[in-house]
Amino acid sequence: MIPLNRVLMSSLLLFSLPSAHAAEGQKVFSQGGQNPAAMACMSCHGPDGLGMAAAGFPRLAGLSAGYLSKQLADFRSGSRKNPIMEPLAKALSDDEVSAVTAWLAAMPAPAAPDLHRQQMASDPTQALALYGDWSRQIPGCVQCHGPGGSGVGEHFPPLAHQPAAYLVAQLNAWRDGSRSNDPNQMMAGVAKAMSEDEVKAVAAYFANGATQGGK
Amino acid sequence: MMKTLLIASLALAFGQAHAAPIAMEDQSQLKVPPASKTPFFVPPSEKELPDNAYGKMIRDGYALFVDTKRLAPKYVGNGLNCSNCHIDQGRLAHSAPLWGAYPMYPAYRKKNDKVNTFAERLQGCFQFSMNGTPPAADSPEITALSVYAYWLASKAPIGVEPAGRGYPDVNPPAGGYDLKRGAEVFQAQCALCHGGNGEGQKVGADYVMPPLWGKDSYNWGAGMHRINTAASFIKYNMPLGKPGSLSDQQAWDVAAFVNSHERPQDPRLVDGSVEKTRVKFHANDGVNLYGQTVGGVLIGQGTGK
Ligand code: HEC
Ligand code: HEC
Ligand code: HEC
Ligand code: HEC
Repeated sequence: MIPLNRVLMSSLLLFSLPSAHAAEGQKVFSQGGQNPAAMACMSCHGPDGLGMAAAGFPRLAGLSAGYLSKQLADFRSGSRKNPIMEPLAKALSDDEVSAVTAWLAAMPAPAAPDLHRQQMASDPTQALALYGDWSRQIPGCVQCHGPGGSGVGEHFPPLAHQPAAYLVAQLNAWRDGSRSNDPNQMMAGVAKAMSEDEVKAVAAYFANGATQGGK
Repeated sequence: MMKTLLIASLALAFGQAHAAPIAMEDQSQLKVPPASKTPFFVPPSEKELPDNAYGKMIRDGYALFVDTKRLAPKYVGNGLNCSNCHIDQGRLAHSAPLWGAYPMYPAYRKKNDKVNTFAERLQGCFQFSMNGTPPAADSPEITALSVYAYWLASKAPIGVEPAGRGYPDVNPPAGGYDLKRGAEVFQAQCALCHGGNGEGQKVGADYVMPPLWGKDSYNWGAGMHRINTAASFIKYNMPLGKPGSLSDQQAWDVAAFVNSHERPQDPRLVDGSVEKTRVKFHANDGVNLYGQTVGGVLIGQGTGK
C-alpha cells in the first residue's frame, strides 16, 4: 500500500487545478461522493486511474473531461448500460461529476505510441486499425481515435492503454445494443460490421501498444 | 528559340510576363463516369508489393501521399495530406482514386488546347489543394508519387476511363442551395469531427481531422473550392464512414456553407484584384462564390499567410 500513497501524494503535487474543485475531485476519486452509493472510483479504476486489466475495468486517467461526463450522463439516462456504473453515476451530484472528471482528465497517463499516418500495414488486424475496410464502410480506427489510438479532442476517447477485455466488451455492447450512446451512431455501424475475431484482434492490438496484431 | 516560345506562352496564359510559373493553370473540372456505373477495378494489395527498389519507391510514394504535410513540408502550405481528399490511401472509388487517374494521362484539354502530363496534375494539387509550392516534375517526390499511382493502376487499361474515377456529379437541386440550411447540416453532421469553426482537430502537431476553411485549408484556386465539386466529394465520402447518407440537397447546402468561408488566396491572383481574378479564373469554373458578395461581405479576400 505504500506505492498507492506515493502515487496520490505525487499526483496531488503535480496537479494545479483551482484548489477547492481539485480537492473535491480528488476526494470523490479516492473516497467516494457524499452519497455512500457513489463509491470511490479508485477502488475499481485503480489508484493511478489506469484501470485494472485483469478485471477489465477501464482506464479513466487522461480521458477528456467532456467524454467522461458524457459517459456518466449516459449511464444515468440508460443509453449506456452497466449494472455497476448506472447506480453509481446516479448517486453522484452534478458538482461531483464536474469535479471528478476534471481531476481524472488531468491525471497523468502514459502517452500513446508515437505513430504516424505513413506506416504500411503488415497484417489484416493492423490494416483494419489503420485503414479500415471500405468494402464494409469501416474507416480506420485511428482516423477517429488518433494515431496509435491516442484519442482526439473531447469526443474521441483513447483506445491505447485500455485493457483488451474492456475494449472487447464495449465493441460487443454496440453490437448487441446495450451501448447506444455514440453520437450519430459512429461506433455502432463500425462494431456491427466487424467479425467476432476482428473484435478480439483489434482490441489486443490497441491494448498492446499498437505494435503487433493481437492474434 | 525555345525560351522565347515559353515566355511568350506564359505571357499569353497569364496576361503578364511576371506571373509566377504555375505548372497547371487550373484544376478545372473532370468529366467523369456517373455514379450509376459500378466500379469494378481492384487495385493490388500491400501483400503484392515487390521486395526491391520498385517496391521501396512505391512505399515512399505511399508515405508521401498519406503523410504529405509532415514528410514534405517544403511543398505544403496548409495542414493537409493528399489522402484527406483521396480517401483510403487513394484507393476508394468515387474519391478520385489514383488508379482511376493514372491511365488517363497525358490528357488533352480542348478548353486551352494543351496537353497535361500526370506530373503536372500532381503539381496542380500541390499548388492549389495543398496551397504549396510544387516540387519539380523530375523531383524525387513527384517520381515517388507517380510510381505509387502507377502501381495502384497495375493491369488497368491505358486511356480507358474506369468507372469509379473522380467524384461523380451530384445534380444541382432544383431550388438551388441555401447557406443557412448548410450551416445546420454542418453543425449536426460535421462539426463533431471538423470542429465548430471548421478548424479541424490535431493530435500533437498534425491534423487528424482536417480543417475545412481558414489558413490551413485548400486555397481559392483548388478544385474543392467549387461548390459542385465539394458537393460531389461530400456526397460520396462524408460523413466519414457514412458515404451516401446525405441527400443531394444536403450535400449542396453544406458544400456551399463550407465554401462560403475564407481560405488562402488564389495563387493566380491578377494584379492583386479579386474582381480581375474572378473574371479570369472563376467566372466559368463551375459553381463558386469567389469574388461574390454574400451578406455584404466580399468573398475571396484570402486568409493571409
Ligand atoms: C465497483 C467498481 C467501480 C467503481 C467503484 C467505479 N467504477 Fe466506473 N466503471 C466500472 C466498470 C466495470 C466500468 C465499465 C462499464 C462498462 O463495461 O460499460 C466502468 C466505467 C466507467 C466509465 C466509462 C469509461 C469509458 O472509457 O467510457 C466512467 C466515466 C466511470 N466508470 C467513472 C467512474 C467514476 C467517476 C467513479 C467514481 C465516482 C467510478 N467510475 C467508480 C466500475 C467501477
Ligand atoms: C467514425 C468515427 C469512429 C471510427 C472510425 C471508430 N470509432 Fe470508436 N468511437 C467513436 C466515438 C465517437 C466513440 C465515443 C462514443 C461515446 O461518446 O460514447 C468511440 C468509442 C469507442 C470505444 C469505447 C471506448 C471507451 O473508452 O469506452 C471503443 C472500444 C472503440 N471506439 C473502438 C473502435 C475500434 C476498434 C475502431 C476501428 C475498428 C473504431 N472504434 C473506429 C468513433 C469512431
Ligand atoms: C482539398 C482536397 C484535395 C487534396 C488535399 C488533394 N487533392 Fe487531388 N484532387 C482534388 C480534386 C477536387 C481533384 C479534381 C477532381 C475533379 O475535378 O473532379 C483532384 C484531382 C487529383 C488527381 C487527378 C484525378 C483524375 O482522375 O484525373 C490526382 C492524380 C490528384 N488529385 C493527386 C493528388 C495528390 C498527389 C495530392 C497531394 C499532393 C492531392 N491530390 C491532394 C482534391 C484534392
Ligand atoms: C467522423 C468524423 C467526420 C465527420 C462526421 C465528417 N468528416 Fe469530413 N473528414 C474526416 C476525416 C478524418 C477526413 C480526412 C479523411 C482521410 O484522411 O482519410 C475528412 C475529410 C473531409 C474533407 C476533405 C479534406 C478537407 O479538409 O478539405 C471535406 C471537404 C470534408 N471532410 C467535409 C465534411 C463535411 C461537409 C461533413 C459533414 C457532412 C464531414 N466532413 C463529416 C472526418 C469526418
